[in-house]
Amino acid sequence: MTITPLEVDHRSGSGSGSILEVRDLTVTFTTESGTVSAVDHISLDLREGEIVGIVGESGCGKSVTAMSLSGLLPRSARTAGSVRLHGTELIGAKEPVLRAVRGRDIAYIFQEPMSSLNPVLTVGRQISEVLQVHERLSRKLTRDRVIELLTLVGIPSPLQRIDNYPHQLSGGMRQRVMIAMAVACDPKVLVADEPTTALDVTVQAGILDILRELRDRLGTAILIITHDLGVIADIADRVVVMYAGRVVESAPVDELFARPQHHYTAGLLAASPAPGRHAGTDRLQEIPGLVPVLAVQPDACTFAPRCPAADAQCLGSAPPLTSDQNALGLLPGHAFACWHPCGKPPTSAKELKP
Amino acid sequence: MRTYLLNRAWQSLLTLILATVVVFLGVRALPGDPALALAGEDRSPETLAAIRLQYGLDQSIPVQFGHFVNNILHGDLGTSIRTGTPVSSMMRTALPVTLQLAVFAIVLATIVGVGAGVVAAAKRGRPAEWVANGLALIGLSVPHFWLGLVAILYLAVATGLFPASGFVPFTENPVENLHHILLPVVILGTGLSAVIMRQTRSATLDALSADYVRTAKAKGLRPSAVIGRHALRNSLIVVVTIAGLQLGELISGAVVTEQIFGLPGFGKMTLDAVFQRDYPVIQAVVLVTATAYIAINFLVDLLYSLIDPRIRVGGEAA
Amino acid sequence: MSTTEAPLTPGPSVADGDADAPREVGRRRRIVRRLIGNPLAVISFAVLLVAVVVAVFAPWIAPYSPEQTDFARTFAPPGTSGHLLGTDDLGRDVLSRLILGSRASLEVGLLAVATALVVGVPLGLASGYFRSLDAVISRFTDLLLAFPFLILAVGLAAIRGASLGNAAVAIGIAQIPGFIRLVRSETLRLKSLDFVTASIVDGAGDLWVLGKHVLPNATSVILVQATVAIPAAILGEAVLSFLGLGIQPPDPSLGTMLATAQQFAARAPWTAILPGVTIMVLVLAFNIFGDSLRDALDPKGSRS
Ligand SMILES: Nc1ncnc2c1ncn2[C@@H]1O[C@H](COP(=O)(O)OP(=O)(O)O)[C@@H](O)[C@H]1O
Ligand code: SF4
Ligand SMILES: [Mg+2]
Repeated sequence: MTITPLEVDHRSGSGSGSILEVRDLTVTFTTESGTVSAVDHISLDLREGEIVGIVGESGCGKSVTAMSLSGLLPRSARTAGSVRLHGTELIGAKEPVLRAVRGRDIAYIFQEPMSSLNPVLTVGRQISEVLQVHERLSRKLTRDRVIELLTLVGIPSPLQRIDNYPHQLSGGMRQRVMIAMAVACDPKVLVADEPTTALDVTVQAGILDILRELRDRLGTAILIITHDLGVIADIADRVVVMYAGRVVESAPVDELFARPQHHYTAGLLAASPAPGRHAGTDRLQEIPGLVPVLAVQPDACTFAPRCPAADAQCLGSAPPLTSDQNALGLLPGHAFACWHPCGKPPTSAKELKP
Repeated sequence: MRTYLLNRAWQSLLTLILATVVVFLGVRALPGDPALALAGEDRSPETLAAIRLQYGLDQSIPVQFGHFVNNILHGDLGTSIRTGTPVSSMMRTALPVTLQLAVFAIVLATIVGVGAGVVAAAKRGRPAEWVANGLALIGLSVPHFWLGLVAILYLAVATGLFPASGFVPFTENPVENLHHILLPVVILGTGLSAVIMRQTRSATLDALSADYVRTAKAKGLRPSAVIGRHALRNSLIVVVTIAGLQLGELISGAVVTEQIFGLPGFGKMTLDAVFQRDYPVIQAVVLVTATAYIAINFLVDLLYSLIDPRIRVGGEAA
Repeated sequence: MSTTEAPLTPGPSVADGDADAPREVGRRRRIVRRLIGNPLAVISFAVLLVAVVVAVFAPWIAPYSPEQTDFARTFAPPGTSGHLLGTDDLGRDVLSRLILGSRASLEVGLLAVATALVVGVPLGLASGYFRSLDAVISRFTDLLLAFPFLILAVGLAAIRGASLGNAAVAIGIAQIPGFIRLVRSETLRLKSLDFVTASIVDGAGDLWVLGKHVLPNATSVILVQATVAIPAAILGEAVLSFLGLGIQPPDPSLGTMLATAQQFAARAPWTAILPGVTIMVLVLAFNIFGDSLRDALDPKGSRS
């Protein structure tokens, strides 16, 4: 596993070499009962061939972040900040521009492969659709390419499967179809939003293997979203930890597991089974309390109500995301947003290291 | 799929048998001697005796029922006690008029209703949706027989643009036929299109919020493809299943429309029979309607199973 | 989804049909707030309120007896002094007949829906709750559906003669299947919810579970269905009376008024137009209110 040392402090300007640069991404929803702040000034970078994991409890804004990258949020969403794909700004871009990006440059895999596939169209048809929109291949070439894609994602007897409807496939096969659809146009960025959450533990590993293989073979950059630290430990190069719409910590994966600084990350690790093994259920629930639904982002640490180390400072001002804590002996590229970081790990946490 | 259809066929048959029993018992529920009711004006002992013999009224109820079913199966729906005409031949002249009216109205209502429903769902929150919704609400709330009266008053009587009443068979004069049937078709179609519009809109809204529509958008498809290829395909399956249930409304609507426009169809025949207490005709009308309803709903199920691959190609993989 | 004023309190988890008391009160308040915030809902409710008040006090409000003829003043146009909306072919006051006719419409509407509720709700509950009864009740539903309301009315008129009561019964019977299906699917949904399952596991009696958990939680969908069933029944009454299968002349009914007006429409258009407009306003008000109510009850938020 290669660890790319990367500056993620959002104040530090351009992350050169990145395919995708997200800066101060902020999303609010207008709902019947007022505004909901879902994502607050998030910054992250994705490089070619890199797998970055976003981890956090349900409702912390992971999916909203993913959807906002190519403007897929409903009209009730207000998005601000910047998302640059190879330097092209996507926030505020016109629909035709975004349509050309979706499926071709940024492709998605979603959590529920059953409901995410159209029940009344054959899987072949659903995969060809992407090719027809973006590549305008002939019918024959399209079919050949679909079969090639089905083979690539490890679907046995693709010649038969191409004419199947989603309900004729198993859960794992459906997710492979979703992946085939997503990589059809050889996208630069693949966003996988909880791709294994709805699947059996035995099937999960196979899906992760395919994603890794795609990265190795095609150099696709992958943003994988999960609440399962096991998945992160298995596949990610770098991890971004989110809490209540904010990035609270970000680090290369080994570094994060070895020296978590934010108390939320530490809580996640403590509540998680030894990484490397897959957790079937949401282990994060073991931290007492809930992710708050926020109307406005407060000038405070949003984790304070659940934090064992919270004090007046935490409630009085929001800790910035910083990475210059050499005193703590952290590796470069490790950033966190906490007034009272955990510091050097207690000896017992060493067993958590993968 | 075969088991699904066999099951539906069996259920339909059972419903049909029950409906036949109900109709049979309905006439027996008449106060007094059914022979008197079936005889009409002519109450001479000979006539009454003949009727008792014809309907087997002297025999036990089960035997009578057997008689009744036997007659129906032989195409004998009884004889009008007013005109002496066999009911089956009355049906043969009346039904084509009603069928033409109903089929034209359904086609019109489907085109207008599905179109408006999709527009309303796709243009959610924009003026086009309010217009479509408003029109559908009015279409649902206006009594369409009244709309027919107003149309006759202002479009037929006042301007002479359309004939106010009457019918010309298509085989006799196609142009005149269409001229006569157009206004009734539009009137009958309005109410139906409002219902179809609302069902299409609601089913399309459901489909548009489905995960697979998000997938379609994430693929970079145009809104027209997202709606047409992904949402509409799914919502129409829902609309088709509900549309079968509208048939009752359609039959009721056709009766009134025929009455207003003086079309010599099934509805006119029915109403004449009621006011003349022509029981054999009423009995046949009720039975034919129920049979048509059951048969068409079975066909809708058949259609549904053909367009929904989850039923057509069964077999959930492990 | 609620937005908390104090930004750090945890958000509420999604409430799902739970009869938890404080939550239920909050839900009701939210529904009422949504309704009040919707101008169409307020207007339609006001129209319905006026219609009901007018119907209840109709004999006192109507300027004339609806059957009082005046052969000296037949076909008086609207605006004639003493006859605000004119008179008909027999010199009867149109306004008075409209008022009494609306009252009859509402009566039939309520009577029909009451019939449908009394039969449909218990059968729907039974069908959804007891698996053994489901098939039988489903066949019964199919059987009822095979007889459109007009054909039912034809049959009833043939057997028992045409009247307001028979029209209401025919319409009500035709509406039973809708209630059965709705209540059945709602029962199936509720039955699978945790708090109901828990209650069943705890050994609660079937009737108790149905009465305590299922029915109270199904009331909102039943209410919405009733608000769309009443206007349908009003339209049905108008049709039946127009055809002579419902209320019989000289009793005032919007349908019979139209039937008479049909002959004189060219001479006295108001006698044909006013009853139709009255029906439309009544039905529209019910439909708009029903839509608003459904939207307000929809946990997914407004749809219109
Ligand atoms: N369409 C929407 N309207 C209003 N709020 C929304 C919408 N979508 C998401 N949210 C809110 O945004 C927050 C983040 O949601 P999401 O990104 O889906 O979380 P997760 O991390 O589980 O993927 C949640 O509080 C959610 O309630
Ligand atoms: S800033 Fe304070 S409250 Fe927030 S995680 Fe750090 S110590 Fe806890
Ligand atoms: Mg999510």
